[in-house]
Amino acid sequence: MSHALRPPAEPADADPTATAADSKLSPKAKAALSEGKKAERRLGLLLCAPAILIMAAVAGWPIIYSVWLSLQRYDLKFPDRTEFVGLENYVTVLSNPYWWNAMWVTVLITVVSVAVELVLGMALALIMHRTLVGRGIVRTSTLIPYGIVTVVAAFSWRYAWTPGTGYLAETVAGGDPVLTEKIPSIMVVTLAEIWKTTPFMALLLMAGLALVPDDLLKAAAMDGATAWQRFTKVMVPVMKPAILVALLFRTLDAFRIFDNLFVLTAGSQGTSSVSMLTYNNLIKGLNLGIGSTMSVLIFIAVAIIAFVFVKLFGTAAPGGDGGGRR
Amino acid sequence: MAEIVLDNVTKQYPDGAVAVRDVDIEIADGEFIILVGPSGCGKSTTLNMIAGLEDITAGELRIGGERVNERAPKDRDIAMVFQSYALYPHMTVKENMAFPLRLAKVDDTTVEKKVRDAAEILDLTQHLDRKPSNLSGGQRQRVAMGRAIVRSPKAFLMDEPLSNLDAKLRVQMRTSVSRLQKQLGTTTVYVTHDQTEAMTLGDRVVVMRGGAVQQIGAPQFLYDNPANLFVAGFIGSPAMNFVPASLENGVLRSALGDVPLTDRVRSLLEGAEAPREVIMGLRPEHFEDARLVDDTVRSNGVTFTNQVDVLESMGSDKFAYFSLSGEQATSAELAELAADAGSADVPGGGVSLVARISATSSAVEGEPADIWFDADKVQLFDPGNGRNLTYRG
Ligand SMILES: Nc1ncnc2c1ncn2[C@@H]1O[C@H](COP(=O)(O)OP(=O)(O)OP(=O)(O)O)[C@@H](O)[C@H]1O
Ligand SMILES: [Mg+2]
Repeated sequence: MSHALRPPAEPADADPTATAADSKLSPKAKAALSEGKKAERRLGLLLCAPAILIMAAVAGWPIIYSVWLSLQRYDLKFPDRTEFVGLENYVTVLSNPYWWNAMWVTVLITVVSVAVELVLGMALALIMHRTLVGRGIVRTSTLIPYGIVTVVAAFSWRYAWTPGTGYLAETVAGGDPVLTEKIPSIMVVTLAEIWKTTPFMALLLMAGLALVPDDLLKAAAMDGATAWQRFTKVMVPVMKPAILVALLFRTLDAFRIFDNLFVLTAGSQGTSSVSMLTYNNLIKGLNLGIGSTMSVLIFIAVAIIAFVFVKLFGTAAPGGDGGGRR
Repeated sequence: MAEIVLDNVTKQYPDGAVAVRDVDIEIADGEFIILVGPSGCGKSTTLNMIAGLEDITAGELRIGGERVNERAPKDRDIAMVFQSYALYPHMTVKENMAFPLRLAKVDDTTVEKKVRDAAEILDLTQHLDRKPSNLSGGQRQRVAMGRAIVRSPKAFLMDEPLSNLDAKLRVQMRTSVSRLQKQLGTTTVYVTHDQTEAMTLGDRVVVMRGGAVQQIGAPQFLYDNPANLFVAGFIGSPAMNFVPASLENGVLRSALGDVPLTDRVRSLLEGAEAPREVIMGLRPEHFEDARLVDDTVRSNGVTFTNQVDVLESMGSDKFAYFSLSGEQATSAELAELAADAGSADVPGGGVSLVARISATSSAVEGEPADIWFDADKVQLFDPGNGRNLTYRG
């Protein structure tokens, strides 16, 4: 009955996603997909369709257009010289020391800030999870930095580090203009990032902590684990998915750092991030070709980061098969 | 292995609630002791105090003669099995069972051997490389037991370890827990709110109510000689029947008729300062279809006639349910038992009675039947404080 109703071409290419997911099963199982399952899958695709269309319009098209622009010499200051140059822009960018400097600055800020945020965020999450008195106040006060607009917060950091008027410049730096040197500037920017987004990290980790049943920690205590062993051997592995989500969010976010840098150093003394450099070329320099090339490179870097994390997820879920362990 | 002594132990939670009050229990080396009582009576709290998971507010806890109040759980050398099993989801069965040994820095070959042995005993050998999430409830329960037995601790603590299993598996596991405990001879404290588990498993049973110990004793002793109404009503299934009665000139006047006091009851009552109004307790098995009782025996008891509301045939015998006219027995203990059993709101309308009678009885549902009961088996309780007036301590 169901076979009679189905157009002959359908089974082979009905649903590419299903084929990938089911490829582990025998071909027979695939053929045995019931009519109900098919209807369900069709409904699923139908429900996703509006979101996919909107994404294609607001994200897909700009990406494709950027890629197209990145393959051309296209500088609005010299509009007559526009021409298709293939990968020449990529060669230019990837062989440029400014680009690599910006890349290292970005990676440095990302790695240091995310690592510090993870540790601090975990500590905060544990405190928020454990506090019995004044829970509301503790949580609210922890979240304040995250609630302040980044640019506003960045300005207050800038004033704080300005010699003569800033309290941090006077007390910590002894009156030195820290924001005029490369390494100190990067440290200040990283610090501002950490201050700003640790609460977000803590919030995500706290959701993960709620996943760890109390009984599990009690059982570990009975089994002879110290507080530290309970944390490392039970708590962290069980909440690993939440940790990975938090890390993914923050890494992607940190890699695109712009606002803090823009306000604090504006990219001077070689403190530009890749986003900053792209902005300077694209918007200030009006060089659409080079700017688009940089955008595409950032996009590729972000995609790689996301891919690596998603790969890690697959085997991280507790109770999962643990990467072919069985 | 060691004996465990709770000496006047009290627990008050930070919010002021007193969960356990002045508990005195002496648990002998190798003994299997059951803590039983209705929900919220402080069983888990008591167990957690022994484990070290909860601080002791007052009193002393001694394990093997040493005061351990201040010791961390890991330094008490006690293993615990949780109701939720609390298996580590990211570890395989083998790693779960090896965890306590690894923490104790036992060398690899010994770990391997001990885990194998425990898996053998618990029939888990073919599941060693699986994750807990892929196991059935019964298998998870056994892994939890395995994790407890691998390191041969001084004592086992179990908090309702079987209550997440279905009825049939529970009965099976009950026997294997009992066998395992005998085999290992390790002191075991077992918490349950199921009186059947309490009766069948332990060497001794501790009945708790509202944070206080009501009675401690061997299961059969508690059944035959409950210290008060609460223990009488809690131990036994179906529960003991309670009928209000008044003591007049050596006779008990009740809805079941006048019950003469036998010599045994009379002598037990003598020192007890019994009030006039009492509650008469009768176990269901002390009733019988009057037609099946010899005349000689019959004169030792009382026969009454009442309509049978419901008759349940269990094969080996029958349960007959009656409702008598007259006032229901009332006391704080009985109200609490009813609340725990969830029958507090069931419209009563007089006294309800369960009799366990012979399977050969010809009683018919909905028709009157002559029922006899043994007057020598009555237990009398003081409705004011619940004390058993006929207690033979
Ligand atoms: N952390 C806590 N803070 C305050 N009160 C508590 C806490 N834990 C338990 N209690 C109270 O202590 C009393 C005893 O609790 P406990 O968990 O020992 O009961 P239980 O006998 O194990 O009951 P159940 O059969 O339902 O498990 C209860 O009245 C409970 O409300
Ligand atoms: Mg409990």
